[in-house]
Amino acid sequence: MDLDALLLSRLQFAFTIAFHILFPAFTIGLAAYLAVLEGLWLWTKREAFKTLYLFWVKIFALSFGMGVVSGVVLSYQFGTNWSEFIRLTGGVIGPLLAYEVLTAFFLEASFLGVMLFGWKKVGPKLHFTATVLVAIGTTISAFWILSANSWMQTPQGFQIMADGTMEATDYMAVIFNPSFPTRLAHMLLAAFLTTGLVVGAASAYRLLKDRAAGVVTTGWSESRISLTMAVGLIAVLAPLQLVAGHASGEVTHKYQPSKTAALEGYWKTQPNQPLILFGIPDREAQKNHLEVALPGVGNLIQGVPAEEVIKGLDSWAREDQPPPFIPFFGFRIMVGLGMLMIGLGLWGAVLIARKRLFDSPWFLRFALIMGPSGFLAVLAGWMVTEVGRQPWVVYGVLKTRDAVSPVVASQVATSLIAYIAVYSVVFTAGAIFILRLMAEGPIAAKTEPAPRGQRPPGTPMAKAPEDTSPDDDDTPDDTGPGGVRGAVS
Amino acid sequence: MSLDLPLIWAGLIAVAVLLYVTLDGFDLGIGILFPFAKSKEERDVMMNTIAPVWDGNETWLVLGGGGLLAAFPLAYSVLMPAFYLPILLMLAGLILRGVAFEFRFRARDKGRKFWTQMFAGGSILTTLAQGLVLGGFIQGVTVREERFAGGQFDWLTPYTLLVAAGLVAGYALLGGAWLMMKTKDNLHGDAKRWTSVSAVIVTVLLAAVSLATLLIHPRIAARWGFDLKDGFALDWGVLMPLLPIPLLGLAGLALVFVMSRRGSHRWPFVGAMLVFLSGYLGLAAGFAPYIVPYALNFRQAAAPLNALALMLWGTAVILPLILAYTAWVYWVFRGKIDEEAGYHH
Repeated sequence: MDLDALLLSRLQFAFTIAFHILFPAFTIGLAAYLAVLEGLWLWTKREAFKTLYLFWVKIFALSFGMGVVSGVVLSYQFGTNWSEFIRLTGGVIGPLLAYEVLTAFFLEASFLGVMLFGWKKVGPKLHFTATVLVAIGTTISAFWILSANSWMQTPQGFQIMADGTMEATDYMAVIFNPSFPTRLAHMLLAAFLTTGLVVGAASAYRLLKDRAAGVVTTGWSESRISLTMAVGLIAVLAPLQLVAGHASGEVTHKYQPSKTAALEGYWKTQPNQPLILFGIPDREAQKNHLEVALPGVGNLIQGVPAEEVIKGLDSWAREDQPPPFIPFFGFRIMVGLGMLMIGLGLWGAVLIARKRLFDSPWFLRFALIMGPSGFLAVLAGWMVTEVGRQPWVVYGVLKTRDAVSPVVASQVATSLIAYIAVYSVVFTAGAIFILRLMAEGPIAAKTEPAPRGQRPPGTPMAKAPEDTSPDDDDTPDDTGPGGVRGAVS
Repeated sequence: MSLDLPLIWAGLIAVAVLLYVTLDGFDLGIGILFPFAKSKEERDVMMNTIAPVWDGNETWLVLGGGGLLAAFPLAYSVLMPAFYLPILLMLAGLILRGVAFEFRFRARDKGRKFWTQMFAGGSILTTLAQGLVLGGFIQGVTVREERFAGGQFDWLTPYTLLVAAGLVAGYALLGGAWLMMKTKDNLHGDAKRWTSVSAVIVTVLLAAVSLATLLIHPRIAARWGFDLKDGFALDWGVLMPLLPIPLLGLAGLALVFVMSRRGSHRWPFVGAMLVFLSGYLGLAAGFAPYIVPYALNFRQAAAPLNALALMLWGTAVILPLILAYTAWVYWVFRGKIDEEAGYHH
């Protein structure tokens, strides 16, 4: 096997999945938030909820579109780059992926059309149903993907046949494998937190801007409502996430000891492990440089009696050790950001209790800079879990190097460059559109859609009001190759 | 259970791929026809006719791919590396055109021009790549020890280029006929012209592809009763039962030409779909039961029976549901979209 094709395929998968994961992490929570907003609007008839819905649905449409296209790439990459993985394990995890398409993708894709374009084609209740179905679809999708990925972490319920391929002996055991429940909970909480942090930051930005402009608002403006909802969500979910993450860590300790050793920075197999706060893991030297550790606390954190041995990386031959650097730092980044989120939630809860949530510019600034922290934590968490699984693609069963396709390095390199080029254009443009919308804020959405009867069928909800300005040359997304420009407008 | 699970799954995936080709075919066709539209407003209307449904259409591609992965992992693991580069091109095209739906409406001025071009270019690139995969699939891939063992450019031949050109014309035909159904006035007139022109090109290319397939692939030729090894021999006994397939295609083309001349808005689309159905059945007759032509049949490539059974239970319940709500969505967005109904600018 060509090592270069392996390495390039891993880089390519890491690159494409790192981009993709950002969108589901955001849209799972946002879809649920939209369903709540529309439900509240139908129930209370308060226009502010509708205004918020119409504002966030534009951002949802942009994010969902990018999530869909980057997800299709992944489903085909299993075949193009990891064909041996599919040849060997397809009989076990194939049905899980097929169920994702059947139960989630069609639901999302079909009702998304009604959600975005059906505002006056169907009644409000049917429209609300469509929003709810899209939200349910995104969650079902997470269920199946987490199930398949968790099986790769903690495989069970299968046997290996004479030709090396795998067959399921018990599908319930495959789907509900040991790490699945905690990992699903951890991911769903992460998705809701990510959305809460973004909604909170966008609302805080709006309030800070009003403050700077000397606008005096009383009562419940859109941004005040959304900030309160976001802070309330974070105050409840961030501590819960600590619990879910801890539970997930205990499962990892039990089933994937080499991952635990890597993310904790343990080199020596011993009882009474320390808690390593900082260090620079060095695979060559098989130790941590500049280590800062609390002795004796490690076992406590893992929920293991002090006299019980916890494996260090020395329990494995060097080629079977996960590369420690990324899991070690990824874990610390994830936990650190989680602590900041808990802090944000606590501070916000105190301010809400004192009815001073909108009066503290320092809190609003903190909420603003925490906006992207959910994305960073999700990325760090996935790096911990995926790099920590190495050198296995199916933990303890199939090595990553035995899973790669029989393709030559040059085509993998070509495709990696192509993905980097296309993703840079697409996601830069997408980010600019989303940030531009957020800067406008929910007030801008008030002007649309046109009243019932005037709004033409098929008009996207996500339409910028300033589209009309003919001489507006502010086009930061205009980054395409020059050769294709000018043929059509 | 005595169901022939591999056979059922081969049928289901064949249907999923056919649904994909006809459904995403017409919305890719809109992108192919984009450069021929006269104004920004016309392009807005064209896009609006497919904006609510394209995502659902594309999901059939994921089901085709995901279904192949799940039900025939061996075929999937052979075919995907074989078409590594065309699949990359297809995905790049799908990304660019997929985001263009939202981006084009959000962008201003030059940005909008760029995303208009990306929508057209992405649709054409996607179609060409699918044509190259289809052509490469028909001409066959090199398989050794159940793995792909060919070169990285095996899919690039004059034959596959011909198939790719044929598919571009075919999707343009579907797109034009769809627009005839969904638009009024000037745009409807343009759509009618585009439909007729692409139907002529499809007729020529379909004949060329059929002839080329018989020439390069003796085993497919033999299935149709042709023996072209030395001179020309034709076994009418073999050909006769298959004749309804090309006749169906001819009937479809006739429907496109005659009914659009008579002013029908709906029948040309039915005709275009019949042309695709005929081409699809024609191919199936050429290599069934092979799932990697003349290298692996669907039984060899099938997943374990318990995997197929597990999926069948879910599919039996969920697929009718999917078809029902897909039909409902099409019904919600039924009817013409005219120019006044475009954007307020």
